[in-house]
Amino acid sequence: MRTFLRDALLKGKATVAAPAPDGVALEEVARALAERARRRLGRSLSIREVDAGSCNGCELEIHALNNPVYDVERFGLKFVASPRHADVLMVTGPVTWNMREALLRTYDATPAPKWVVAVGDCAVDCGVFAGSPAIVGRLADILPVDLHVGGCPPPPIEMVKGLLALMEAPVLPR
Amino acid sequence: MTAPLLLSVWLGGRSAGPDGYVRAAVDAAAWEGLAAGCAAGSHDLSALWADGDRMCMALNDADRGLRAIAALATEQGAYPSVGRHHAPAVRLERAMRDLYGTRPLGLADMRPWLDHGRWPGRGDRPAYAFLPAEGEGLHQIPVGPVHAGIIEPGHFRFTANGETVVRLEERLGYVHKGVESLMAGAPVETAARIVGRISGDSTVAYAWAFARAVEMALGWSVPPRAILLRGVMAELERMAHHIGDVGAICNDASVLAIHAQCAVQREDVLATSAACFGHRLMMDRVVPGGVAADLSAEGIGQVRGLLRRLAETRAEILRVYESMPSLQDRTVTTGIVSAELVRQYAAGGFVGRASGRAFDVRGSFAYAPYDDVALAIRTRTAGDVDARLLVRLDEIEDSVAIVERLLSRLAPGPVRGERPPVAEGEGAALVEAFRGDVFVAVRLGVDGRVAHAHARDASWFQWPLLEAAVEGNIVADFPLCNKSFNCSYSGHDL
Repeated sequence: MRTFLRDALLKGKATVAAPAPDGVALEEVARALAERARRRLGRSLSIREVDAGSCNGCELEIHALNNPVYDVERFGLKFVASPRHADVLMVTGPVTWNMREALLRTYDATPAPKWVVAVGDCAVDCGVFAGSPAIVGRLADILPVDLHVGGCPPPPIEMVKGLLALMEAPVLPR
Repeated sequence: MTAPLLLSVWLGGRSAGPDGYVRAAVDAAAWEGLAAGCAAGSHDLSALWADGDRMCMALNDADRGLRAIAALATEQGAYPSVGRHHAPAVRLERAMRDLYGTRPLGLADMRPWLDHGRWPGRGDRPAYAFLPAEGEGLHQIPVGPVHAGIIEPGHFRFTANGETVVRLEERLGYVHKGVESLMAGAPVETAARIVGRISGDSTVAYAWAFARAVEMALGWSVPPRAILLRGVMAELERMAHHIGDVGAICNDASVLAIHAQCAVQREDVLATSAACFGHRLMMDRVVPGGVAADLSAEGIGQVRGLLRRLAETRAEILRVYESMPSLQDRTVTTGIVSAELVRQYAAGGFVGRASGRAFDVRGSFAYAPYDDVALAIRTRTAGDVDARLLVRLDEIEDSVAIVERLLSRLAPGPVRGERPPVAEGEGAALVEAFRGDVFVAVRLGVDGRVAHAHARDASWFQWPLLEAAVEGNIVADFPLCNKSFNCSYSGHDL
């Protein structure tokens, strides 16, 4: 414990510097907002993560968002336990037939205004699982998607950029 | 009941293929005898799968160093049930029935497993019948499939008496992605990418098992440097997940300081992996014939630095863990799995080793480069959350030493062997993932494509033990039990 405390005092911050929001993501989100007038959510977002069929690679990297290095809570981004508390649904995986209903129910349980973020190649275009009879398809076929973060899995820093774009967008002219 | 048939007796004189497996067709009597032998504890059931019009059963006898795959021709899909003799086979048989329509004769539990009645063209099914648990004062707590954290989906049905869990029934299959059907007919390279995504946390281990199975089927030789690099990657993967899970267990006991330290350390491992191999989880880096990323001289230095930091952090975490009675109060005697159950289910990984089962593929059926590192299999006997946590910390220490040894043997050379001509063939491999043994069997067609492939995750034989571990514990300790197992959903659901 003493070593932990000494490190905490002497080693300085563990966090990486805040990246700029991703340009492409910013555009996509701004477009999504322009199409649907919404009240401003302010500079904080509550996120509910839903695994709709991922291999758990994306979950590992989403977990990393909460570690002391990326520490997204410092930007007002918070992962919540219930869709009732969420502004954002963050969905991973090619949506399997077995998860389709649970995903739709989670979406319905999320109060408006809400955003849907597709994380990982599987959610974006089914990735290596494209063509499997056990999956419904890409997330956009099932839910309206406001932001895509590709990658297999996307590194945490890419997800941070996308999420920052979500937060920056409300202050852009609509 | 059928008399048990010893694996060594059945094998008598048959010789093993290049992959170490003896393959032979059996009749129904021998099939049932081998199943009864699993139940009697004379050998372990390693995998059970359907391949065309036959059922295959992989068996291990680690004490005698024997491995075999018995194949039984089915009659329009019908065959004598293994689960009737040996409970660990029940879910495997239910899964194969859903996927291929095989009919395990004599299996008592004929409820679907992966098929939730949602697949197109398969028709609706009646509601899933959870097994009844009745008694005064009992109530049920349904949880999932969408859980309250960032985790994979699955459904848990707790039956509790006040705070005490008297029964837990798992229902899985939510992330079934049709992996086997996708691989059938795919080129080897495509199948390797799919296998690497069966369970993202074991991507190196799966890719390695698949690569070895293909290499044995084709006689594809792998350069020594590639074999050492595979070992380095697999150990980095093991260390990353062990350290992350140790933190997660402590987090569930509200010790955030350890969680934070472990998370930083885990990030260090992933960042080093990305810097050295070009991907944080090292996906698609192990490929048939070798590896897809070489380690530079600078990379070797980075890995050595990481090992030093890991050894320090591990020692400090152990020191803090052992100095906190409030933490041990939550882990010691919580979620006990008996040695008998672990043996019956042939539970792999730290789940088995924490209950005294000294099985680790790296030692029990050592494959290169582990055949040259003198690995001592470390076990504990308490079988509780504490034992599983300590086994993981032991393994991190071992991994640090293993990687150091592998790095010291690294000589310049190619990292991928020349591809042999297209040929049909069969191969199987066991590889020790961080969670336990993963098994991959591959059959290649004359066109060189994958005709059939089967992968079995360690979780298949660990999930049922979680049900047993939770019994008699309070509901609030379930997260600790669950994290100490950290079974894969995706790897299980395929």
